This record gives sequence, C-alpha cells and structure tokens, in this order.
Amino acid sequence: MGYLILKRIAAAVPVMLVVATIVFILLRLSPGDPAMVLAGDMASPQEVAQIRARLGLDRPLPVQYATWLGDMARGDFGVSILSKRPVLELILARLEPTFVLAFCAIVLTVLLAVPLGATAAWYHNSWIDRAVMAASVLGFSIPAFVIGYLLILGLSMSLDIFPSQGYVSPFADPLGAARHLALPSLTLSVVFMALIARVTRSSVLDVLGEDFVRTARAKGNVERRVLWRHALPNAAIPIITVIGVGIALLISGVVVTESVFNIPGVGLLTIDAILARDYPIVQGLILFFALVFVAVNLLIDIVYVLVDPRIRY
Amino acid sequence: MMISRRDAASLLLAGLTAVAVMAAPVAGSAAEPKTLKVSPHASLRVLDPITTNAYITRNHGYLVYDTLFSLDAAFNPQPQMVQSWKVSDDKLTYDFTLRDGLAFHDGTPVTAEDCVASLQRWAKRDLIGRRLVGAMKEMTAVDARTIRIALKEPFGQMLQALSKPSSFVPFIMPKRIADTPPDQNITEIVGSGPFKFVAGEFQPGVKVVYERNAAYVPRSEVPNGTAGGKVAKVDRIEWISFPDMQASVNALKKGEIDLIENMTADIKPTLEGAPGVVVQKRSGLSAATIRFNWSQPPFNDVRVRRAVQLAVSQRDFMDAVIGDADAYQICPGMFICGTPLESRAGVVGTVEADIAKAKAMLAQSSYKGEKVVIITPNIVSFGGLAPLTQQVMRQIGINAEIQTMEWSTFLSRRTLEKPAAEGGWNVANAVFTSLDLYSPLANLNFDARGPGSYTGFVNDPKTEELKTQFARESDPAKQKAIADEMQTRAYDQVFYIPLGVYNSFAAYRSNIRNFIDSAIPVFWAIEKN
Amino acid sequence: MTAITPPAPPSRLLAAAHAVHRNRAVAIGAVLLLAVVLLSLFAASVASADPGQIRPRLRLRAPDWAYPFGTDALGRDIFARVLHGGQVSLLVGLLSAAAATLVGTLVGLVAGSSRLLDAIVMRAVDGLMAIPSLLLAIAIVALVGPNLFSIVAAIAISEVPRVVRLVRGVVLTVREEPYVRAAEGLGIPTPLVLLRHILPSCIAPLVVQTTHMFAASILIEAALGFLGVGFPPELPTWGNVLAEGRAVFQRAPWTIVFPGLFLGLSVLAVNILGDGLRDRLDPRLARTAKAA
Repeated sequence: MGYLILKRIAAAVPVMLVVATIVFILLRLSPGDPAMVLAGDMASPQEVAQIRARLGLDRPLPVQYATWLGDMARGDFGVSILSKRPVLELILARLEPTFVLAFCAIVLTVLLAVPLGATAAWYHNSWIDRAVMAASVLGFSIPAFVIGYLLILGLSMSLDIFPSQGYVSPFADPLGAARHLALPSLTLSVVFMALIARVTRSSVLDVLGEDFVRTARAKGNVERRVLWRHALPNAAIPIITVIGVGIALLISGVVVTESVFNIPGVGLLTIDAILARDYPIVQGLILFFALVFVAVNLLIDIVYVLVDPRIRY
Repeated sequence: MMISRRDAASLLLAGLTAVAVMAAPVAGSAAEPKTLKVSPHASLRVLDPITTNAYITRNHGYLVYDTLFSLDAAFNPQPQMVQSWKVSDDKLTYDFTLRDGLAFHDGTPVTAEDCVASLQRWAKRDLIGRRLVGAMKEMTAVDARTIRIALKEPFGQMLQALSKPSSFVPFIMPKRIADTPPDQNITEIVGSGPFKFVAGEFQPGVKVVYERNAAYVPRSEVPNGTAGGKVAKVDRIEWISFPDMQASVNALKKGEIDLIENMTADIKPTLEGAPGVVVQKRSGLSAATIRFNWSQPPFNDVRVRRAVQLAVSQRDFMDAVIGDADAYQICPGMFICGTPLESRAGVVGTVEADIAKAKAMLAQSSYKGEKVVIITPNIVSFGGLAPLTQQVMRQIGINAEIQTMEWSTFLSRRTLEKPAAEGGWNVANAVFTSLDLYSPLANLNFDARGPGSYTGFVNDPKTEELKTQFARESDPAKQKAIADEMQTRAYDQVFYIPLGVYNSFAAYRSNIRNFIDSAIPVFWAIEKN
Repeated sequence: MTAITPPAPPSRLLAAAHAVHRNRAVAIGAVLLLAVVLLSLFAASVASADPGQIRPRLRLRAPDWAYPFGTDALGRDIFARVLHGGQVSLLVGLLSAAAATLVGTLVGLVAGSSRLLDAIVMRAVDGLMAIPSLLLAIAIVALVGPNLFSIVAAIAISEVPRVVRLVRGVVLTVREEPYVRAAEGLGIPTPLVLLRHILPSCIAPLVVQTTHMFAASILIEAALGFLGVGFPPELPTWGNVLAEGRAVFQRAPWTIVFPGLFLGLSVLAVNILGDGLRDRLDPRLARTAKAA
C-alpha cells in the first residue's frame, strides 16, 4: 500500500513540472523584455540589469529553464516589484482568509448539494429532480459576481442582515466571522453546488441500478437506509473525485468573490498584482494555486488507496 | 471495533464544544488605545515622498514628517519647525532658527544639517525648489539650530517655497536618510512628525499603521490648514484599503471604519440619511484638464488646439464626470478659484461650447483628418474624462481614439514626445488639486520650457520670462498683473484646457470631531469619542 | 416514502411525450440563444442609441421607457451597451469554443494514436488543468496585452485540456472496436483510420462539449472585464459594462442587475441548449451527466 501511495506522489511531480514550464513560457510570451516586465516601470536600468543577471535572461534558454526550476524547488518564487518582499512571504501572509472562505464554501456545498443531488436521483424525473437540475443550470449560468451583488442588494442593503464586505478571522471573533462569511461563502459555493449536485445525482442514479441495492431492498431495508447507507457511500467516489477537480472552479471563484466582498485573501492579491503589473506575484500565485490543486487531488487519491478495497492498480 | 453512531456523535459534539470554548475571545482587556480607522483614497505603496509625487505618499508624509513652514487655509506661509527668521536688508540672506524640542522618532535631535540635506534632496525634484537652488549661492548650517540661505538674486517666493503644501513637499528627514539620491527610494521611515510609521504592521495594499509620537512638541497656535499646532489626539491611526469606494462607504455605515478621506459626489447619496454619519464638503478643490502634445502634429498647430478649446463646455464635463451641481464650479481661472490669484483674464471658449465656430477654426487649420490618440489611465478619478474628450473632438471632426492603460504606464507614456504610432500620445487628461495650481511658479501647466518640460511640452519662452519676473516681484498688485498676463497668454496659445473644478467630500462617524478642513487630509487635532 | 418504480414499458403516448420533453430543452435553449444573438447583431436598429453617446445630464437614470435598462454614470444607454456588448462577448465565446475544439480535437486524436504521445500529452494536459482557467486567462492577457486575439487565445487555451481528454477518451475506446481493428489490420494508415472511423464517434460528445465551452467562455470574458483585466474599458462588452456598474452599484443597482441578468439569461440559453443536445445526441451521456 505504501508503494501505491508513493506512486501517486511520484505521478504528481511531472504535473508540477508542467505547471512550472507553463509559467516559464508565459513570461517569455510577453512582447516586452522579460527583465523589464519583472522589474516594473519605475525600475532604474541598474535594477533591470540586476534582474536580468539574477534570472540569467541573457543566457541560453535551457540554462534559464534549469535555473528557474532550481529556484522553484528551493521555494524562491521571486520578489515583488512594488513591495520588494519575497513573493512566497506575501502569499503566505494573505492565505488565511482564502482558506477559511474556501473551507466554508466546501462545507456548505457538501452539506447542501450532496443531499439535494441524492434526493433528485431518488425522485428521478419528478418535480424535485427537475427543480434541482434547473437550479443547477442556473447556478452554472449566472456569474458569481452577479450573484454576489444580488445577495448584497437583498440581504445586506435592503434587509441589513449581513455586512456587505470585509473579513473577520474566526480565530478572533467566531460570531463576527460567521456574519461576514455568510454571503461570500454562499456566492462562492453556488457554482460548486451546481456541479456537485449534478454529479451526485448521476452517480447515485448509477448506483441505484446496481445489484447490491436490489439486495439491500430484498433484505427488507427501509428505503431511507437503502439510500443513505448503501447507495450514497458507493456513489461517493465519483463525487469526491469531482470535488477534487472542482477545486479549480473554487479557486477561480475565490478571485472574483474576494473582489466583490473585499476579503484580503490571495484572490484579491491576484487582482491587485495584475493591476499593479507586479508579475512576480502573479507567477507565484499561479504556481501556488496549481500546487494546491495537485495537493488536494493527491490527497484524495491517497485516501482512495487507503479506503477503497477495490482499488488495486 | 466499530464505534456506534451515537458514540461518534457525542464525541463530535464534545470536540466541537471544546474548540468553541478555546476559541472564545478572552474577556476584558486593558484600556484600549484610541484607534482612528481611515479609508484613504488610494493604497500606499511607495513610502518616499520625494521620489514620487503621488498624493497618498504626500499624505503619509504629513503624518510622519514635519516642515520648516506650513501653508494655512488662506494660502499664507506660517512658521512650523522654525522659531524665528531674519532676512538681510538686501534680501539676499535668510537665517532660519529652529524651535526647541524637535526630535526624530529615533530620539536624535533635529539639526540644521538635517534640514539642509533634506531641502537639497527636495530641490532636486521640485520645480520651485530648482528655481530656489538656481537663485541660491549656498545653503549652510550656521550652527545646530540655524540654517542660512545665501542668494545670488532676490527670491520673493522663499517662504512660499519652504511651505510648499503639495508634491513635492520639503519634508525634513535625518541627514543620513536625506543623503539618499532623489531617484532612489528611502528604506528607513524616520521623521519628526506627530506620528510614527509602524513598519512591522505595514501591509502594502491592505493596511498602514501609525502611532502617536509622544515626544512631539506641537506649536501653541490653533490648527489652520496645514499650519498651526499639530496636537495628536488619537493614539493610533490605521489606513485600510478597499477595492472600491462603495465598500468603504458600507464599512463606514456599519462603524467598521471611522472616516473616509475622499469621496466623490456620486457616492454621497448612498450616505444620505445614514444614522451616525456626517458628510463634510472639503474646501480643497480638484481641477480636471485636457493637455495636448505640442511636439507632434496635429496639436503643434495652435489653431487645432483653439478649435478644441472652442468646443469644450465645462458644464458638460462637470455634469458628466461629477454629476452633482452642488459639488462643482465652473472655473476658467488657471490659478483656480478661491485663491489669491484667481482671475478671468483672457478667457477664450472653454465655458460655453460653440461648435460651429470650433468647426470653422478646425477647417482653417492644418488638420487633415488623421487619427489622434487620447491616452487615459484606468483609475476612478479620471472616470469619464477621456470618453467625453473623445466625443467633443469627434463632434467637431477630429478622428479621436482612446487607449486605456495602467496608471504607471500612463504616467511614463505621457512623458514621451513621440508620435502616437511610436508609443507616444496626442491628448491626455490631467487632474490637479488647487494646491498644485494656485502658484504661478509651481503650476505645472505653466512649465513652458518646451522639450523635456512637463507633459505636453508647452514651448513659450515669454511665459518663462514672466515667471522669472514674478519670482523677483514682491508687490502683490504687480504679482497679480503678471499672473493675469500669464493667463491671457496661456489662453491665447491654449497651453491646456481647464475643465472645471470640483469639491471632494469626507464622511465620518458622528463621534469624530475636528477633522481639519484643509485641502490635504491631516490627522492631528482629530478626536474620537 | 415511496419507492422508485422502474419506468413502465413505454406506451406510444408516453414515448411521444418523452420525445417532446427531450427536445424541449433543445428548442427552448435554441430559441433563447437565437433571440440574444439576433438582438445583439441588430443592436443598432433595436436600441436606436449609440452605446457610447455620453449624455451629461441624463446620468444614472432608473430604467424607464426611453432607457429600458437605465443609464450609467456617463449617461449612456445601458440597454444599447448590453446589446452591442453582446456582439463582442458572443463572438469571443464562439471563437474561443471553436478554437479550443479544433486544437483539442487534433491533439486528442494525436494522443490517442500512440502510447508515447499519449503519455506526454496527458501529462501536459494534467498540468494545464491544474491551473484554474480564470487565472491562466488573466495571466496570458496581462502579459500579452488585451485584444481580441489574446483574449480568445487565453480562454481557448484554458479549455483545450477538456477537449483533449474527451477526444482521447473516445479514441481509446473506439480503437478497441472490431471495425477499427479490422481497418488497421487491413493496413489502412492510422491518420485515415482516425479521421474516417474514429472522428465520427467524437462528434456527438464534442458538440455538447463545445456548447458548454461557449457558455464558459462568455463567463470568463465577463469575469475578465469585471475584474478590469479584459478588454480595454472603452469597448462595450458585458464584462466591461458590469465593471462600470461597480462604482455606483448601491446608488444605481440597475447598472449591474439588468446587464447581469441579461448575461445570465444568455448563458443559461446556451447551457440549456447544451443539455438538450446531450440528451438528444447521446442518451448514454445524459445518464452519466459529466458536467463540463
């Protein structure tokens, strides 16, 4: 089993390599001089030359690539143009709000979307099923920021139940945090919920046709037990897989949601960095987010190896 | 062995309770420091007020540094760090003596040498500073508390120069910091002002923190503009960034922040009637303008510039960009309105549009229908300026196109004298505050040195001559006459087109008192109950 | 709680009802989409207003007969801007989806044809999928500069992986089919086999995928514009119109609400169309409902 886990981890490495390569290529896509791009508009010629030397931008491409990979491996993601601080440090400092927000969105999604999807599958082709499917399509179609503003309009401006922006750490003030996180996590989770509800529904539908379900029924199990105890756990695997893949959706959503609700996390950092043309931060963020994505999916894969007796590659 | 579901549930409950208890905030703490939470108009990124003329850095400077003289609300220089000064009979030697008790945040006393070094650094960047240095023989520290400036020729604007309120401000820094070349950012933020910069809590783009400087010795006078006694009445100031103004307004309504420094008239209605909030119209004015690139066709032809001048209606621009008639003024005066040198001399077009006349003027000019590029930054304060400029130009037959870009790109591109096709520009807007425009010597719109001068590259030796006359003149009536002549010339040659002036607003919680009404937001004297 | 009963053996009536029901989604989606497209294409005549016309004294008007979506902070007609914006946004969506489909199909076919290429391509695809699409698009546009080509390319690149996976999956499956094996056995060159025998099986799922990508592309462009990192602000696109509403939202909610709902409706139409096509073209897919 340990060998399988190692195999999983080993499979993740080439993926990160590809990501690092993509980021490497991205910078050189720019029509301008990469050194100037990284140094910023206000840099003096000496600073630009320094950056060029440090990154080896005047050396042949393969050498640059090797230097780049070496830097990444050491955790050196460069230095922010504007604040002159290491990118990694800046990212880590803004991590908490994003993680908290994402966590709440995931919890919300699992608590709401999975039962909804399962129920829809159970009452296949009934009005409940159609309602869930319709809501899911709507969730895919209306952009997150529109939903966010609608929620602000309805629940914050008109009814004044929730604050319209800002972040309070749950470690400092749990109640305040809950109030501030309500609207943003709802906004963030809508697309995710749409996805998970759909996948849950189809996965449960598949499973409901399986033999062991009929067996469970034949045994005389109450219907509810059939659904929750027998069908759902077996339907879980594709759902969990999609949750892993959906992390990418969540990250895109975080950028927009933090912008709407003024939450000082890495999403807002991304926008600030882009608008300020602070490319080292942008590069670092892409790598960081990709790392998170790979790590989460890796974790899920490992959990499968541990949990599912059927998986033997 | 499998745990039963009930056992699992109780375990979970116990666990959650434990976490909740541990996370509960510790009850009761010692007397909290009085913190003023402010939403600034921009995010502070560059901390050096000499390398950048950004207003946010200037505002930061006012908290952390002090100046020799300060400008009061009536535009008169008042002594600040200076105790007394003597001027020789031939007006060529000035001796300034510093007050007692002035010290930097690191404990060292402020000496004349620090002042000399700081002024020299400032003068390398500032227009008036350069003139001063040009008129100067030398600037020395006679003793620890006296600065001597020896001039080659009379410089009537000495006190005005030393009290310059807005970018660049002659802030006083320790000599070791002031010796940094003026194009390199300083790395240590140490001043002698009423507040200290807390470097450890600085999060660029998110938050800036200042602490009261307990060792500061304020003057005894009442605060007036940026002059007078700077008594800090709050212990801590936090500048908190918001992605847009609406977010800061919402935060103010909920009491999450205490003060919004600068609000546009557009947002005001959302605060109307909000309980516990006060909206204050600030006396500092902003002025929007259109500037032309004199070095390239077609705007090197004065007739083309005049055509645009005739097509502009300040009311249209102000209505479109500001919206609230209460918040703006029609003001064709190039030295702004409400200032000592306000004037209507020589005004052409600008106030009322005469499209027919404008078209006729254009027809007589050298314009042949070529494309003209308007560059604009993507920031809120430039709002609808470029689109309306384009619309006005198209209305009279100029084929104008807009290119939007990053603020810093905009600033650097505006300094290029090249044609638009080679990365240059033809038309750009500029926004100033009254503090930048009231003085003919500092007013960038009158930088007429041609190539290499302020963006637009206005070339008019006559104007430069008039400025030198002004600098030498000390009789106010004669100064006014010179200023009027300068304005008449500027209108005739269309140095630029003023688009009107407008107020900004501040909003704060009702438990805040004494927010000084000055064109520059300053945070001494302000109280929080 | 009632048990699920397996569907009754289809009577003729029921079969007809099911057919209509299945096609209904396609019909609804197609009609809505057509309406949006037509409105946008003929925006000039419908709205009868120049989307860029600044009217200084008509700022921030609430919606009324003259201005169905109200006016914005410069007095421009929001309805006209939304309709004209639709031209750009729909075009970007279409081009991105088409580009991603073309490139992805090619790559997917190539990947499916050889084990070595498959390994390389799939690693690359995994890497690309690890970067969230919005982030990738933002980065590309920021580095290359915002214009139609770069934005279309940026969005297309972020969507190629899904197409590659899809096509490669079909290729791998279909390759095992007897008739393909037979063709290979007969010595027909691989590219021909791919094109004539495998590609047709891809078409149904591709059509569905492309439709969903169309929807996703529109949303990415809107997000880019909203965040201020997409098309230059002077161009009316859905994203830019929404971004303009941000500053005055609380004072004039219509500046975001109406354009936002219009955008949502258009994307909804495309998604419904996609779902309907999926139900129609490949009932197997309908059950497994792999979301785009």
